[in-house]
Amino acid sequence: MSELSPITVEIKGISKQFVLRHTRSIKEALIWFLKGRKGDLSAKFHALRDVSLDIRQGETVALLGFNGSGKSTLLKHISGVMTPDEGTVRTRGRVAGLIEVGAGFHPDLSGRDNVYLNAAILGMSETQIKERFDSIVEFAEIGEFIDTEVRFYSSGMYLRLAFSVAVHSDPEVFLVDEILAVGDEPFQKKCLDKIQELVDAGQTLVVVSHDLDLVQRICSRGVLLEHGRVLKDGPSHDVVEFLRSRTKG
Amino acid sequence: MTSLLDTPLVRPGIGQGLKDVFRRRYLLKLLVRKEIKLRYRGSVLGVIWSYVKPAIQFVVFYIAMGVFLGLNKNVGNYAVYLFSGIVLINFFTEALNNAAKSIVYNSGLIKKIFLPRELFPVASVFVSAAHFFPQLVVLLIGCLLTGWQPTPLGIFAGFAGFLVLAMLSVGLGLFFSSVNVYFRDSENFVEMMLMVATWVSPVMYQWTMVHERLGDFWFAVYQSNPVTVGVELFHYAFWSTTSGGDAALAAPPQLFELWLPVALVVSAAVLALGQFTFRKLEVKFAQEL
Ligand SMILES: Nc1ncnc2c1ncn2[C@@H]1O[C@H](COP(=O)(O)OP(=O)(O)OP(=O)(O)O)[C@@H](O)[C@H]1O
Ligand SMILES: [Mg+2]
Repeated sequence: MSELSPITVEIKGISKQFVLRHTRSIKEALIWFLKGRKGDLSAKFHALRDVSLDIRQGETVALLGFNGSGKSTLLKHISGVMTPDEGTVRTRGRVAGLIEVGAGFHPDLSGRDNVYLNAAILGMSETQIKERFDSIVEFAEIGEFIDTEVRFYSSGMYLRLAFSVAVHSDPEVFLVDEILAVGDEPFQKKCLDKIQELVDAGQTLVVVSHDLDLVQRICSRGVLLEHGRVLKDGPSHDVVEFLRSRTKG
Repeated sequence: MTSLLDTPLVRPGIGQGLKDVFRRRYLLKLLVRKEIKLRYRGSVLGVIWSYVKPAIQFVVFYIAMGVFLGLNKNVGNYAVYLFSGIVLINFFTEALNNAAKSIVYNSGLIKKIFLPRELFPVASVFVSAAHFFPQLVVLLIGCLLTGWQPTPLGIFAGFAGFLVLAMLSVGLGLFFSSVNVYFRDSENFVEMMLMVATWVSPVMYQWTMVHERLGDFWFAVYQSNPVTVGVELFHYAFWSTTSGGDAALAAPPQLFELWLPVALVVSAAVLALGQFTFRKLEVKFAQEL
């Protein structure tokens, strides 16, 4: 985490506006156009405002903030799912992670097929998947259920498999949004150990979580967002304390 | 660990279009395989259905059109004539319909994980190609039973016809799937367009009828539709040697010298336009879906 470690995520003054009211048909758009484009076709609001952030290799960063403060949106900008209206995001190496449990899982496919598909979606090559397949199944402790269709899985099993695939994809930057809550206690611990192991090996971690104790345990740095702005950025302990004091009022 | 410094900082989410699809071809393969697997899930006969259905269709054509309606009198071996056009139109219809819906259909993934989004319309076209294959087998059996003789030019025509429509489906698929994110009318428009496609190409009737009614100029306009050229190439490939009639009538003049290149150029232009539009619109997919 020294200043000499290379920057893996560089966010420079990004802003993002969302449209609140959508027009879904050509008819509506045409009427609006013919009426002399009076008024706004759609209302807008800022989900991110002038956010700047540098994250270095090996850092463990928690994005904190109340519901709707823009945490998931920021994560989506890092992964490339969204692009900013203003400013730039640049990343180094492969970025992957879990934005939501089971995105990319198909309920009607077996666990095995889903592992292959999801691993490929996260950017693993065929040989990498074959090499790591056993390890993925072992980590998830799915055992004999691997050839069962995943719609018969419990939500915890779903999470285990999804998480296992994601950690095995071994990206340079690992993004996690709000997912550690579903697993049982032993599995959660196992995940945290695995994350620690990856961080020790030089991986960068960015997590979104409302579990402040968990955040303090795994993250060294905290970034607090409020209404799309960075309100505080510092050691996770301080930021969590700050957030707690604000909540109390 | 420091080797990370050698990798440059890049802007995430900026893809290279169809080039990325080629780069991620293993993922493409898995996506295509997934769709095919899901289609036959829970059916006992599974893939056999894909052979049975077109086979029955062919037999019905043969008996109803050829024997009862007596259409063989005008067009020799009408069943093969009709069927060779229909299998190609089926491919085009399925490919474009599914490609146009593919982005909205896969929104769950597109909103959460970054991957080259072109994969989805392209995968739809591949899946349709896989469904086209059994129909082609049935067609070939029908051809062989009615005295088909393969010629090098005929085989070339078959491949060329398929290629033209595959390119066109990818191009139109990219265009309409990206527009569909903003205006769901796009899906309906595609369905309407496909309904017309069967009739503005010589699937049911012969090109000579169009030429007689329309004259040279409008016939040239008619011919510049790549779907028309594709169907004519298929007639040349599969039907011309089975018709028992005048082989010169099988295809319009200059099909290979003029109309095939025109069709390729038009399809390539559509592909370029589709890719251009898709790339303009894709930056906002995640937030609009
Ligand atoms: N595609 C979208 N279109 C319009 N508004 C959006 C879109 N995505 C997010 N928003 C809005 O942007 C704001 C920030 O959303 P975001 O999901 O980033 O919040 P969050 O900090 O992750 O909240 P939570 O803690 O509830 O997960 C919210 O008000 C949300 O309604
Ligand atoms: Mg969120």
